Amino acid sequence: MSEKKYSKQHEWVTIEGDVATIGITTHAAEMLGDVVFVELPEKGKSVEKEGQAGVVESTKAASDVYTPITGEITDTNQSIVDDPGAVNKDPEGSGWFFKIKIKNKSELDQLMSKTDYDKFAKENPN
Amino acid sequence: METQRTALYEYHKSLGAKFVPFAGYEMPVQYSSGIVDEHKITRNSAGMFDVSHMGQLSIEGNADLAVELEKIIPIDLKKIKLNQSKYSFLTNKKGGIYDDLIVTKVEKGFNVILNAACKDNDFKIINNFLNNKFKIILHKNLSLIALQGPKSSEILEKIISGISSLKFMNGNKFSYNGKDVYITRSGYTGEDGFEISISNEFVENLAKELISQDVKPIGLGARDTLRLEAGLCLYGHDINESTSPIEANLKWAISNRRREEGGFVGYNKIKSDLNGSLSRLRVGIKPEGKIIAREGVKIFSEDGKEIGSITSGTFGPSVNGPIAMGYVKLDFSKLGTKVSLEVRGKKHEAKVSKLPFYKKNYVR
Repeated sequence: MSEKKYSKQHEWVTIEGDVATIGITTHAAEMLGDVVFVELPEKGKSVEKEGQAGVVESTKAASDVYTPITGEITDTNQSIVDDPGAVNKDPEGSGWFFKIKIKNKSELDQLMSKTDYDKFAKENPN
Repeated sequence: METQRTALYEYHKSLGAKFVPFAGYEMPVQYSSGIVDEHKITRNSAGMFDVSHMGQLSIEGNADLAVELEKIIPIDLKKIKLNQSKYSFLTNKKGGIYDDLIVTKVEKGFNVILNAACKDNDFKIINNFLNNKFKIILHKNLSLIALQGPKSSEILEKIISGISSLKFMNGNKFSYNGKDVYITRSGYTGEDGFEISISNEFVENLAKELISQDVKPIGLGARDTLRLEAGLCLYGHDINESTSPIEANLKWAISNRRREEGGFVGYNKIKSDLNGSLSRLRVGIKPEGKIIAREGVKIFSEDGKEIGSITSGTFGPSVNGPIAMGYVKLDFSKLGTKVSLEVRGKKHEAKVSKLPFYKKNYVR
């Protein structure tokens, strides 16, 4: 698996072949608080970079989840729909949101490294 | 206006609070363990809420004061007993609600607890109305601590002896380390509990003592999920200047005598609502699935007509599912009525549901 990359909308991405796995960062999960509802995109749906691809809700508010990558949704994590709290337990692991068949690999170059993201998140907490 | 802080601000910080701006105050929204955990602690054990942002008003006077107050608050102040508390509201000319409040009869007159966002306006309204005939103080030197949950009585009794004999919606003066405190058995969570009015000077001491007795601090986040499960209104959301108490399903808070006699601001609207012109009603709404319908979500009938909107909605940790309340046209207010909720462009099934969503556990 490739090095994990991060977006300014607080998503993480890992790549295997031409498939990207996407979720929300530990920082984002902490900021949200207890996740109590997750809505995921439908399999087969085409999504555009920085377009809305899901919803995550805490007791306080609803937030959109964006995709940092353009492509087609190939899989979604039903287990976080059934147990939304799983997002808080392991946001950058078993709490992943969806997988995308990558259309344009060059988009990956625009994402941040962990070091850069941590710095970004510190400066842009929300 | 500059953001205000309660006397416990630094203590909250030391307890790991995350703050949000609320009604001009920087208030804890949650502590480190999170809203769901804080909610459950309050339901199962005991939680401490700093509600010092709320207005604590005292008005001194006797029977003549009661007569005047009855003209702006639709409560039976002839029947209220010493140290009894009553839920009521300050009504406007249109029969809407300036604020909802708790009135307690005390020796010198009445104590009134007001919402933080409304307290300054309430003070002006009441003060103008009473026209300097009575001494009226909006206390700046008092804090208010709510201790809520099934273990509240047992814990607080160890610190302030005698409180366990209080009945629900009753209060009294007690002594804490030799200082006067006024405690009522009341709250906003659907649990047994107490609200302690204490001077700013000693509040941190009391808070620390509660925490040392295994009470957990609870923020505004859980306060909201708790009150919504308990079916209680949040001012500015479920009730406001354009909702009448009858529309808000708060008829129970207006005693029979006041409903019949009137004699208070806004009675015309309230009377006509009582006599058949009521067109909408606040109800509980339970979404069938997991979708959370928040304030502003439109409510539709089964045949697709818009019949109202949601005024509060969240995930109820004790109900373990989404809960909401809102206003619907009267014809659709019957329990069990099927409705749909439009969330993010899609309609989701829901039902008009009994309030509270979570059963009360008060000591009466």
